[in-house]
Amino acid sequence: MAEKKKKTIKTIKINVDKCNGCRACELICSAFHAAPKYSSNNPARSRIRVIREPLSDIYVPVYAGEYAVAECAGRDKYTIDGKEYDECAFCRASCPSRGEFKEPDSGLPLKCDMCEGEEEPLCVKWCTVDALTCEEREEEVEEDVKMEDIEIGMASMVDRYGLQKVMDTVARMSKKA
Amino acid sequence: MRYAETGFNLEIDLTRGNIERVATDPKDTELYLGGLGTNAKIIWDRVPPEVEPFSPDNLLIFGAGLLCGTPATGCNRTIVTTISPQTKLMAFSMMGGFFAPELKYAGYDKVIFRGKSPDLVYLWINNDKVEIRDASHLKGKGAVETAEIIKKELKEPKAQVAAIGLAGENRVFFASVEQGRSSASRGGMGAVMGDKGLKAIVVRGTKDINLARPAEFMELCNDVMEYIKFRNDNPIPGVMPILAGLGSPQEMKVHDEKWHTENFMWGNSRTRRKDFWNKEIAAEWMNTMDGMRKRLISCYNCPMTCGATIQPPGLPTYMMKCFTKLTYTMAAMSDLEFGLGIAQSATEYGVDGFSAPQVMAFALELYEAGILTDEDFPGMPSDNNGRFYWLLDRIVRREGIGDILANGTYWAAKEIGNGAEAYAHNNIKKHEQLPLKLSMLNPIYFLMYCTGEKINITQIEGQFPQAPFATKEEREEFVKDWFQVPDEKFKQIFLDWEFRGEKSLPLYPTVQMCCDIVDWQERMHYIDDALGMCAGLSSFPLKPPYHIHNYPKFISSGAGIDMDEAKLTQAAKRYRTLVRANNIRRGLRRKDEKPPEDHWKKRFPELEKELLDTYYKFKGWNDQGIPTKESLHELGLDFVSEDFVKRGILTDSQEASPKETPSKKEKE
Ligand code: SF4
Ligand code: SF4
Repeated sequence: MAEKKKKTIKTIKINVDKCNGCRACELICSAFHAAPKYSSNNPARSRIRVIREPLSDIYVPVYAGEYAVAECAGRDKYTIDGKEYDECAFCRASCPSRGEFKEPDSGLPLKCDMCEGEEEPLCVKWCTVDALTCEEREEEVEEDVKMEDIEIGMASMVDRYGLQKVMDTVARMSKKA
Repeated sequence: MRYAETGFNLEIDLTRGNIERVATDPKDTELYLGGLGTNAKIIWDRVPPEVEPFSPDNLLIFGAGLLCGTPATGCNRTIVTTISPQTKLMAFSMMGGFFAPELKYAGYDKVIFRGKSPDLVYLWINNDKVEIRDASHLKGKGAVETAEIIKKELKEPKAQVAAIGLAGENRVFFASVEQGRSSASRGGMGAVMGDKGLKAIVVRGTKDINLARPAEFMELCNDVMEYIKFRNDNPIPGVMPILAGLGSPQEMKVHDEKWHTENFMWGNSRTRRKDFWNKEIAAEWMNTMDGMRKRLISCYNCPMTCGATIQPPGLPTYMMKCFTKLTYTMAAMSDLEFGLGIAQSATEYGVDGFSAPQVMAFALELYEAGILTDEDFPGMPSDNNGRFYWLLDRIVRREGIGDILANGTYWAAKEIGNGAEAYAHNNIKKHEQLPLKLSMLNPIYFLMYCTGEKINITQIEGQFPQAPFATKEEREEFVKDWFQVPDEKFKQIFLDWEFRGEKSLPLYPTVQMCCDIVDWQERMHYIDDALGMCAGLSSFPLKPPYHIHNYPKFISSGAGIDMDEAKLTQAAKRYRTLVRANNIRRGLRRKDEKPPEDHWKKRFPELEKELLDTYYKFKGWNDQGIPTKESLHELGLDFVSEDFVKRGILTDSQEASPKETPSKKEKE
């Protein structure tokens, strides 16, 4: 049987209905991550971005997620309640296709770290209208993944590359590890 | 390194198409802070009184406050300054929103325009890249529309745009500069912008703003946030809802229509309708507001949501704040649905929400009185709502009678003559005021109305309650946690203030007390306007989070300038005096410092004279309202007295000479 392990999961809950577009979250995020802390601020360095189009009543705070080496093959475009959102509006990736979530001068990717070391993420603290709130919960997760899941994955690799190649790769990887 | 400020201004010569980035002197920051303070200094240095509002030599300055772009909550004001075509004085108008911080992030504290562009242009500031671009395709476009078009054509959805509409292009004296949910409306900033051939300023900035002592500054910010939360949870009891909380008057959030419609004046600031409100109207207006208001929205870095997106049926969405909610409705003796609808056109045209409705109501009064006739209104519809739309259109196009009305009630009345001047009855210094007429003289307000150079009472009042509280218990309760007072004596004044008897209006607060109260209220507004702070979190509401005790700390830890209460008070006095000096040079004298004749029914000429005499002395001004040599010297403004002597405004030997040099006579 797989072992159970406890893990704390932090969820930032975003209630776009409560967002008033003030961008305090962007400001404080960039100030917190300045070096030394708070010595400067610049929303363009923020790891949260508020997509804000007042005349269309669009307000969406989006957090910086993983860095993507390449852009997606296609794009997505949402319409919700009659409001048309820009392409890739909800995507968290720092990706070559756009300027979001990159340092303005170096272009290095940015990623939300939940304000490590702070009691709560600062964007949450500074969003006093509760468009952003943070919840923590403990979750039990299974350490081991079920065998059949791996088998399905492996089977597809074998289909594609042949059994020998997959075995060689596994052997090489285990040597490195 | 410069802290809080960037240390650079942009100088734009529109005649020659020249763009320059100029380093500023940190000494000036120490003396005049920033925003209004340094704007006033620039006007003094570069715009002598001979320069007419529509001269290419007039400057149009967009100045971000000293602390804009720092984490200080609600610090987002752009202070627009120029010589007003309506008052012919130095005018300044503050706009909230997102423009000032963006300008700071782009690396500039101010944009200063001079000259005139032969063709319509807009300025595009993208960090270090600044260019003047053709705007001929935007001619005649609405202000909101313009912002949307520009952001699209530049592919810069995050750029901030300040633009004028048709009213500004046609130099309507009360044209505004519109910027998202905010605007600089008073004093005709939009007219000067239009005269310069400038349709819009567009800015995008992605640079850092630095703090001198971050830890200290952030602690102050956190205290302010905590206090805002406390005040939101604990509104002040015993005052009307819009005075109980923080923020710009919360007209979008609060249903206070009953109070305003029954206490403010309708039409051309004429009719009070004491029993206007009833259940049906309440239900109908509530329905209108809730139906059209999409969302409450804030300015940059502020939780207060004082504005709203409004979507009138069948019309484009626009943004609104404050009292414009009711000014059109009440001027036209109409309903809220009409008011919110016509405000959409007015916002696109870009006109001031106080002046425009009054000008139109004034025109219709003249029509009723037979001073203007059918010939002046060819094709005007017969229904009241229709007439207002018709008049607004004539005014912003300067067509027919609209060309005269576009100069505001004061100048229009002069031009129309035939007794029209009696109908331009609600002006101070030639500028339309709140539609408010009261009974008993209030000596505090008398002084503020007379001597205010912000011209608009909401930009002068605050801090001290507008009226006494009924019971001693209520007063004691109020002063308990009133730590914002600069001096304990203000608490006693308020505790003793009664509705009736010896210690009631107009003789109490005493003349001396009134001077102190007015001086405190005015000082706070002037500090806000230099720092770029929203008055709604500081000088305007009762018990605000920013006050004379924490401001010096914000300035020293933020901007790295050594500051204490005395030094800050002195700095505010310095540039406040410089604003006055600019206006004295332009002919402002005691005769101009008076409220509208009919503002109060019960007047007290002797008391009023004593008030003004004492206040002038208190401020270090002579009996004409001219700052004396001694007081100028004490403020380090000797260059002002030298200029005054040269112009014969002050003489070497005696204190004052009331005579005006011909150049400063109003051209009427
Ligand atoms: S701080 Fe909150 S209300 Fe303001 S923009 Fe961010 S999410 Fe929206
Ligand atoms: S208090 Fe209101 S008007 Fe002032 S900055 Fe905040 S949202 Fe803007």
